[in-house]
Amino acid sequence: MTAPMPDQASNPGPVAALSIRGLAKRFGGKIAVDGISLEVPAGSFFGIVGPNGAGKTTTLSMATGLLRPDFGTAVVHGVDVWQHPLEAKRLMGILPDGVRLFDRLTGEQLITYAGLLRGMDKNVVAARVGELLAAMDLSQDAGTLVVDYSAGMTKKIALASALIHAPRLLVLDEPFEAVDPVSAANIRSILDRYVDSGGTVIVSSHVMDLVQRMCDHVAVVAKGRLLAAGTVEEVRAGASLEDRFVQLVGGHSHTEGLEWLRTF
Amino acid sequence: MVAHLLRLKLTLLRNGLRRSPWQLVGMAIAGLYALGVVATLVIALVLLRNAGPVTAHTAVVLGGSAAVLGWAVVPVVASATDMTLDPARFTTFAVPMKQLLAGLALGGLIGIPGLATALVSLSTVVTWSRGVLPALAALAGACLGVMTCIVLAKVVTTATASLAASRRFKDISAIAVMVPLVLLGPIVAGVGRGIPASTGFLPEFALTLSWTPLGAPWSLGGDVASGRPGQAAVKLLVAVAVLGALAWCWKLLLERALVTPPYAGAGKRRGGRLGLFGVLPPTPAGAVMARSLTYWLRDPRYSGSLVVIPLLPVVLAFQGTQTGSYGSLAFLAPVAAFILAWSISADVSYDNTAFALHLATGVRGVADRLGRALACMTFALPVVLVFSVGYAAFTGNWTALPGQLGFSLGILFTGLGLSSVVSARYTVTVPLPGDSPFKKPPGNVGQTLAVQFVGMLVLMVLVLPEAALLVAQAVTGNILFGWLNLAVGTVLGLVLFGAGVRLGGRWLEARGPELLAQVTVNR
Repeated sequence: MTAPMPDQASNPGPVAALSIRGLAKRFGGKIAVDGISLEVPAGSFFGIVGPNGAGKTTTLSMATGLLRPDFGTAVVHGVDVWQHPLEAKRLMGILPDGVRLFDRLTGEQLITYAGLLRGMDKNVVAARVGELLAAMDLSQDAGTLVVDYSAGMTKKIALASALIHAPRLLVLDEPFEAVDPVSAANIRSILDRYVDSGGTVIVSSHVMDLVQRMCDHVAVVAKGRLLAAGTVEEVRAGASLEDRFVQLVGGHSHTEGLEWLRTF
Repeated sequence: MVAHLLRLKLTLLRNGLRRSPWQLVGMAIAGLYALGVVATLVIALVLLRNAGPVTAHTAVVLGGSAAVLGWAVVPVVASATDMTLDPARFTTFAVPMKQLLAGLALGGLIGIPGLATALVSLSTVVTWSRGVLPALAALAGACLGVMTCIVLAKVVTTATASLAASRRFKDISAIAVMVPLVLLGPIVAGVGRGIPASTGFLPEFALTLSWTPLGAPWSLGGDVASGRPGQAAVKLLVAVAVLGALAWCWKLLLERALVTPPYAGAGKRRGGRLGLFGVLPPTPAGAVMARSLTYWLRDPRYSGSLVVIPLLPVVLAFQGTQTGSYGSLAFLAPVAAFILAWSISADVSYDNTAFALHLATGVRGVADRLGRALACMTFALPVVLVFSVGYAAFTGNWTALPGQLGFSLGILFTGLGLSSVVSARYTVTVPLPGDSPFKKPPGNVGQTLAVQFVGMLVLMVLVLPEAALLVAQAVTGNILFGWLNLAVGTVLGLVLFGAGVRLGGRWLEARGPELLAQVTVNR
């Protein structure tokens, strides 16, 4: 059981799509992220897993320019996110978790808005919006206000807004939450094709099974620290990712007690 | 079980207050206000003891009927239903329906509106303490009346829960409420003049009302005191029957509501219509402008303040008819310019965390600022022009027009520039997206007030040149000052507008993540 430790894992290939060094963030008295360093190789499908409150969202927000870190740097394809934010954001497509959308726009308007904000050409935007809506199975609801969408549809429209400018790196925070299985399968095949053609995807999730099947690289985060990182094969070391995860993170209580639950 | 429910309500109330001291302050202010109203009404009812029976009967029945009506209408329109004991939350517990009803009904009494209604109603016992029987009748009437109020409110809110949960209804009712609120002054004055004119009619109206469900319980004391025990008995029957029927309706509705949660249905709509996005230039600034304009039309938090603008001349003109001088109409255009320009000073706060999209796409700060300001200007400019010219046409004093116009345009342009800077740097507490425009979450009240106050002060300093020229024209009567004002207002205003957009844009780019973190707190 030789779990690759962070130091070994941060031995990347020639070009890193995302390289973060010593990122740290403190909220009041609570240290949310405590010095995370991570190399995401270009062309990888990278999963970040961790229990609730591990600091996944905080880390990804700092890596994508949404939250200013207290310490550390983030570099996307050689561009420092905090020195040259506008250039770095051109390379990234971001799906943040837990933020609102401009939900008084229709789904179609929202994706168009995301494209135009990035200064894209009108005709290119129009063509891609149609294709994205079809890919996300939202064509029937394109004219409905996003505020009237279900949770899964909202997630899909936010994902479409992150894809419109054909970024080189996709950072998706909990992309499959509340998404139905059919749409999730569609999205996965979109992402697979995207990775095959050289793009890089980072997803955070706490569905281990999904990460094991979908990703080729994985990082385990808990309590603001990196516990393991590397290819999925390296990290899980023969066991299933879920077992390995529970083993790394700890806290699995052996279910004794609650005997009365069986006395009905 | 009933006691459990009451205790739950009290605990929820207490914990809610414990969450933030501001909530306690809000509750204390509301409590003081209610106390003032209650004390006034109680004293009035006590004094009515010495009034003639007809006067007292009329007052009690009309007041009581108004209370019942209020309990039926206010919770729906204000979408301010007290949901601390939402019946939907009890679905998973096997609470017997009868006890649930009793607990929820008594729980409705706890809280400021319930207590206030109960106190005032019980005071009618004093009004009719002209003998044992009238007092007892009044007591029975008061109890019946208060319970009718509460059960009626429950029936109405349960019946409209599905309707009230729909976004469209919420949007429309939020805007509709603005109209009577703005026109409150004229309405109160109108009613105040109407009542003395119809004094002869009121007792008869009260007598009619006393046979209806609205007035029946409130009439018992008066009828007994005036020697109409027969009528009182019939009205008692009416009141009891109404309460019973309402309780039965509530039970039916609740039984249905517990198994069919509110459904905010929305039809599917295919795309193909980009709206303003297809009309305005396909640049980042144009896109921001299209988005902002769409929000001005679709988001009640924005359109609510748009509704105020056409009502502004109505209010000022009404004031004119009262005082006989229409001088205050001169403020119409400048005030409208100020309200509209200042309205975007909290734009990022209104975006809330949706602002993350601007941050994620790396839109240039200047484009963001310019789009928002131009969106506001597209309707603010015509409004200011129409109001200025309209005022000149109304007074026939066309020589004042250039000065007025210059001053108002100066305020509009300067204000938009200043707002662009303010909203790029400071966040204030505003109603959350999707909430009623009246529902301000508790937050950094101190900063909100400071930003508003200092911002207005700065604006006043910035438009000093225009104001000085306006005064100069008024004193000397020389129209040259007016034309000068028009030139200064336009040129200086546009320069300050440009400077504000640039500075705001630079600040926005530098501090975007901090701004997002600030609005996240208000989420």
